[in-house]
Amino acid sequence: MSCKLIFSWVQRQAKMFFFCIMLFVAHLKRTLVLSLILSEEKVTVYFINRDGRKITTSSAKGDSLLDLVVEQNLDIEGFGACEGTLACSTCHVILDQKVYNQLGPITDEENDMLDLAFGLTDTSRLGCQVCLSRDLEGITVRVPDRVNDMRRSDDTGPTL
Amino acid sequence: MGKLPRPESVDIYERLPVPFGLVRFGVAPDHPEVKNVINTFTQTAQHARCSFHGNVRVGKDVTVEELQEAYHAVVLSYGAEGNRTMGVPGEDLAGVYSAKDFVGWYNGLPRNSELRPDLSCETAVILGQGNVALDVARILLSPVDILKKTDITQHALDALAESSVRRVLIVGRRGPLQVACTIKELREMVNLPGTRPEMEASEFEGIAETLKSLARPRKRLTELLLKAAIETPGEEELERRNRAERAWGFRFLRKPLEVLPSTDLIRAAGIRLAVNRLEGDGEGVRAVATGEVEDVECGLVISSIGYKSLLIDPAVPFDARKAIIPNTMGRVQQTAGLYCSGWVKRGPTGVIATTMNDSFDTARTLLQDIGKGTLDVSTVKPGSQGVSALLEKRGVKPVSFSDWEKIDSEETRRGEIKGKPREKMLDVGEMLQVARA
Repeated sequence: MSCKLIFSWVQRQAKMFFFCIMLFVAHLKRTLVLSLILSEEKVTVYFINRDGRKITTSSAKGDSLLDLVVEQNLDIEGFGACEGTLACSTCHVILDQKVYNQLGPITDEENDMLDLAFGLTDTSRLGCQVCLSRDLEGITVRVPDRVNDMRRSDDTGPTL
Repeated sequence: MGKLPRPESVDIYERLPVPFGLVRFGVAPDHPEVKNVINTFTQTAQHARCSFHGNVRVGKDVTVEELQEAYHAVVLSYGAEGNRTMGVPGEDLAGVYSAKDFVGWYNGLPRNSELRPDLSCETAVILGQGNVALDVARILLSPVDILKKTDITQHALDALAESSVRRVLIVGRRGPLQVACTIKELREMVNLPGTRPEMEASEFEGIAETLKSLARPRKRLTELLLKAAIETPGEEELERRNRAERAWGFRFLRKPLEVLPSTDLIRAAGIRLAVNRLEGDGEGVRAVATGEVEDVECGLVISSIGYKSLLIDPAVPFDARKAIIPNTMGRVQQTAGLYCSGWVKRGPTGVIATTMNDSFDTARTLLQDIGKGTLDVSTVKPGSQGVSALLEKRGVKPVSFSDWEKIDSEETRRGEIKGKPREKMLDVGEMLQVARA
């Protein structure tokens, strides 16, 4: 599920145009040009991994947090098993209250899968549904400890 | 995995020529996104230090002891291929199936290819209210136009197209607050085109009052259940329900006593249910018989009351009561170098992510044991070369991962012709033929 808006097609065309220019100018002024054009696009995100370690990373506007983890090949065990199709809860992340409030309403489908997430909080989201925008520059995203099924594993014993 | 030791090689032995187990044979055909994990599994299998050996029956073609001689560590993660039986008279009548077999039938498990379930009756009763029960109900009632675009097997599709089943009851021993299914699956039933919910309001007495004390997942699930079961629908929904030709519903506090036979005593014609009441509350709620009994007319009975692990090899410790391999954090008791993970370790519940995490746990335990020296890896072991020699002597020819990829391509090709993601092969002989081509 992509959250790229319709006018991002225009942005992509513009990007491609700029990219072609870049290739030419890069010849002459490589580093400076690249950072000038691309710095506007990137959003910096800090992940706190399950072991408490902080990972600093950045990715293009419009990418979801899952896209970011995949693109940057971050070492987060078992993240995004269903590849962003709302069929699991392995990309469960915890956000700051302010950031959580900034984001749009959550669909039933996302809430249904969040219900299965271990350690669900009031500021939990599925990473595959959180798309990066300039407003989210510099946010901290916490990856909680382990996913789990909401049903207890000892609920299967024969009773009656 | 950070600073844990890295094994030289990890070999996977699988009985069938095809990998992925329940992801291929258990996940419903209309849940293709759930199967995306296959991509992760494929990456792992294609890793230079990993190799897949299909068509090898551990316990028959090679024993667990022989594997232990060949490898420093053996991990048993063979799941639960048996099922809990109802243990009632009439369970062997025609028209009575375990959900395991019914699911295996529509998902192309070779051993269930000849099931030929009789779908000529109007009412089907499913015992159990977990996600598997809901999958079965949904497949029985889904419009064929939806199913025909999935990887459901052709023979199941044909049978469902001719099916007379119009009403499915999903029966559980306890109450609405104890349903084991999750909300995604319930929502799919509520939204299933051409169907309407039909439930008894009396079975939901007192439930609405409990909502505020429930944890979020149970609360949302119960809210949706109440909405479907007893809330007066809006005009649009009312019209939709009136047009619906198929119905489904939960029935609570009912336990099977007997499957009632037809007059010719060959097939199921009904089911006799004991009526329960609940005692206790919270996690300690128990169902207790009231003495009352109820008969429901039906021609199809599917018991979905749980899978069960089986013994793979007499040399492996097995707890027959719990139907799991006795273990501590994945280390099989009393047997050095033997580990277990997944359903055979914890019992047959949990979604893919649960089992995946459990496997990570076992792997971590194993690697820590190597790191600490409790698992001795100093001796040289023959690994797959040792096992291959034994298999060759016994006339067993393993299927490699790239052999599987030939089967995969062929199934995909056959599916494409019909507008399906794949058409699964149902016969092991055919799989082997394609694998060796």
